[in-house]
Amino acid sequence: MTIEKEPTEVPAVLLAEAEDAALARKDSVSLSQGQLVRRRFVAHRAAMISTVALAFIAVMAFSSIGYAGIPGWWDKDYTMAGSVIDGGRPTFSLLPTWLGGTGLAWGEHPFGQDSTGKDYFALVMRGTQQSIIIAVIVGIVATVIGAVVGAVAGYYRGWVDAVLMRMTDLFIVIPLLVLAAVLGQIASRTGNTTVVLALVLGLVTWTGLARLVRGEVLSLREREYVAAAQSMGAKTSRVILKHLLPNTIGVIVVNATFAIAGAILLETSLSYLGFGVKAPDSSLGLLISQYQNAFTNRPWLFWWPGMIILAIALSVNFLGDGLRDAFDPRQTRKARRRSKKEEVSE
Amino acid sequence: MSITSPPANDRGTALSFENLSVSFETEFSDVHAVKGLSLEVYPGEVVALVGESGSGKSVTSTAAIGLLPSNAYITGKALVGGVNVVGMAENRMRKMRATDIAMVFQEPMTALNPVLTIERQLTESLELHGLAYGKDATRRAIELLDMVGIPDPAKRIRQYPHQFSGGQRQRIVIAMAISCDPKVIIADEPTTALDVTVQAEILDLLRELKDKLNTGILLITHNMGVVADLADRVAVMFHGSLVETGTVDQVLNNPVHPYTQKLLASVPRLKAVDVTGGWTPEPVAPVDPNRTLVLEARNLVLEYDMRGTKFRAVDDLSFELARGQILGIVGESGSGKSTVAKAVLGLLPVASGVLAVHGTNLATLRPKAARAVRAKIGVIFQDPAASLNPRFPIGDCITEPMVVHKVGSRAERIRRAGELLEAVHLPRSVLNRYPHELSGGQRQRVCIARALTLDPELLIADEPTSALDVSVQAAVLEMIQELQARYEFACLFVSHDLAVVDLLAHHVVVMKDGKSVEQGRVSDVLHAPQHDYTRRLLAAAPVPEPREQAVRREARRLLLELETPKG
Repeated sequence: MTIEKEPTEVPAVLLAEAEDAALARKDSVSLSQGQLVRRRFVAHRAAMISTVALAFIAVMAFSSIGYAGIPGWWDKDYTMAGSVIDGGRPTFSLLPTWLGGTGLAWGEHPFGQDSTGKDYFALVMRGTQQSIIIAVIVGIVATVIGAVVGAVAGYYRGWVDAVLMRMTDLFIVIPLLVLAAVLGQIASRTGNTTVVLALVLGLVTWTGLARLVRGEVLSLREREYVAAAQSMGAKTSRVILKHLLPNTIGVIVVNATFAIAGAILLETSLSYLGFGVKAPDSSLGLLISQYQNAFTNRPWLFWWPGMIILAIALSVNFLGDGLRDAFDPRQTRKARRRSKKEEVSE
Repeated sequence: MSITSPPANDRGTALSFENLSVSFETEFSDVHAVKGLSLEVYPGEVVALVGESGSGKSVTSTAAIGLLPSNAYITGKALVGGVNVVGMAENRMRKMRATDIAMVFQEPMTALNPVLTIERQLTESLELHGLAYGKDATRRAIELLDMVGIPDPAKRIRQYPHQFSGGQRQRIVIAMAISCDPKVIIADEPTTALDVTVQAEILDLLRELKDKLNTGILLITHNMGVVADLADRVAVMFHGSLVETGTVDQVLNNPVHPYTQKLLASVPRLKAVDVTGGWTPEPVAPVDPNRTLVLEARNLVLEYDMRGTKFRAVDDLSFELARGQILGIVGESGSGKSTVAKAVLGLLPVASGVLAVHGTNLATLRPKAARAVRAKIGVIFQDPAASLNPRFPIGDCITEPMVVHKVGSRAERIRRAGELLEAVHLPRSVLNRYPHELSGGQRQRVCIARALTLDPELLIADEPTSALDVSVQAAVLEMIQELQARYEFACLFVSHDLAVVDLLAHHVVVMKDGKSVEQGRVSDVLHAPQHDYTRRLLAAAPVPEPREQAVRREARRLLLELETPKG
């Protein structure tokens, strides 16, 4: 017995056939996954502006005063004290001459000078370098550990899950600041304080992500495409890396941007308490804490590092937004419209 | 279109729509869900509104009860007992719900609040509408439970929803709907989530109640069998418009509109069967000695580990599946039919017994060897929306088995994907599309293509069409048949739908509570069942033909009377 074939012509109501025709009519430009992600990211305006801003800040920070012995284009050093000129006021100006300003001028000390006559531009650039290094390392370390721990716990469940999650709980109940302070002290004895400090911060801030990813994976692992992959003989590593983690990218990216912003602030608190980066080295947090009292009479000492922290944190957040949208194939405008249609018409 | 003369009635309609249009404002454009629909439901009458997903049938009913979201723009009239509810203020509408119009939902598992007792939920509407309070309300609630056939209602009323079975929960939902004597009840797919035998009971209950209470019922369904069983009149919806209206006999037996014709032609039908027994089976043909056994189960036992306690899902099951054959496994929910498929796919360990693919026992295999065996097994799952990774383009989905088993170069894989897409009648350009860009039926065809990537000798199909509309289901079933004839794989076809199995399979295993109750050739088991359970199952499955269904209904009643009560 076979299914009765429809011999007569039935216009516009042969559903399966009509759907196929609609599919064939669609614009036939085919793009690879990478191309699609790139295209969608470029189309995200806020994310593109953030990328440019972040790149600008990073290039400025590393090229101006140089890094790791390579000299930069800025002639002053962040450790070199000097005589305070004009109360250390910034010489940087954007106001054109016809409005009573001095035109676009860079000047001798664009960001001003601190109380000992150090060039504040050099100090802020050094601080920005440190914050960017910390942000990147913490972002990578915390995200990788959190995602892997969460995915493994969620995938295997049972005792593996129990052990990993109790370990996570342990990290959560230890006061973060105390742990970071103790490890930071040890870190400061090694050569490269900032990198070691960043690694330490990364090692203690992955817990939130691990819990979120575990929750996502627990629900995703019951999906039929996971069962399909398992039944075709895919190895566990492939199932986790190709099928589970990419589908949690939204959670991961959003959380990573929070982790990065949080790490910058954590470094600020540690430096404020004297456990993080120490003078004569500089970090944005250290600068703010050092000059918080100068806010009323010399506000620039507060504003420059503050604004740069704000710019970095905001850019990273928008960047995360753009990445999440770009990685999600359903996030196209056309698709969003169609899914809505489906929702309402059923 | 012709509207047939409704039953003579002086009291007017229970529910009527006059030129109802609903459109939804969305971010990008307006979506016209219902386009100028007119329909009447008279007291004591069941009108079935049928159509496939997206046809606007649920939107129509939701408009009548005033539960559409705020972005809906409604014109025309929806009259409940002569009162227009379109544009009615929310507080007036609330007073009409339950007393004038009530609703029975699809999913009895979620329609009841799990933390409140049945008593609390049943008396709620009575008290809200001031019909009865306190002990009176409880007494009335017990009456209602009795009326819908819940045994020992005075005691059970104090229980919570999880202490009732799915069918009983749907009875409670119906009791809630009739509690305030509404003029009309909207039943939105009331039996879709239920097993066939339970479905038959709920349909009997609804039929009995509408006669007793003289309530109008607007039945929304996609199941033509349910329509034939319960409805007096039928209205067919397609893309937001009514394409055909008439008595159930007119529409199901002499459809006029091409869409209705197509829809009915797509419904797989069970062949006539004498469910009361008294039919001698054909002599069993001798087993072909040259056949190659692809899958074999001997005394198979499968268990789920639920926090230490073992739950036996499949017990002592044996079957054989040869090359080029389709073996159907049928049963109701909880019968263990999908568990068998899971075990063959290696998603569940074998507790005891033998489960052999090509003579290799899966139970004793090491993981590495098991992977090699699995390359020869393809799988199609129930829900095409969930069985494709949303982040994989279709091409990657189809070639994944080749990647996993390291077969072929990149160019070869792409070529193979193109071939397979052609085999399932999809354009090659789909390669770089994502699953969400395809419809349900197209996605299921992609799943079929993926299952065939490595030329499997065994195809596992776990309810492959139960999430699809009937017209799409027909296309998918036809495709499985066509491909099976071409590639000659063996197929294990798990389904709850007897008609689909009847259509497709050569042999069938009927399962109940983890055990096989009857197995053999489809022509024997489904057309001359020997076991009571199989007979009950067959008798409960409604057919989309009202006269035949009436005969079947009577036969089922006789069968249930004949059967000696057990335990």
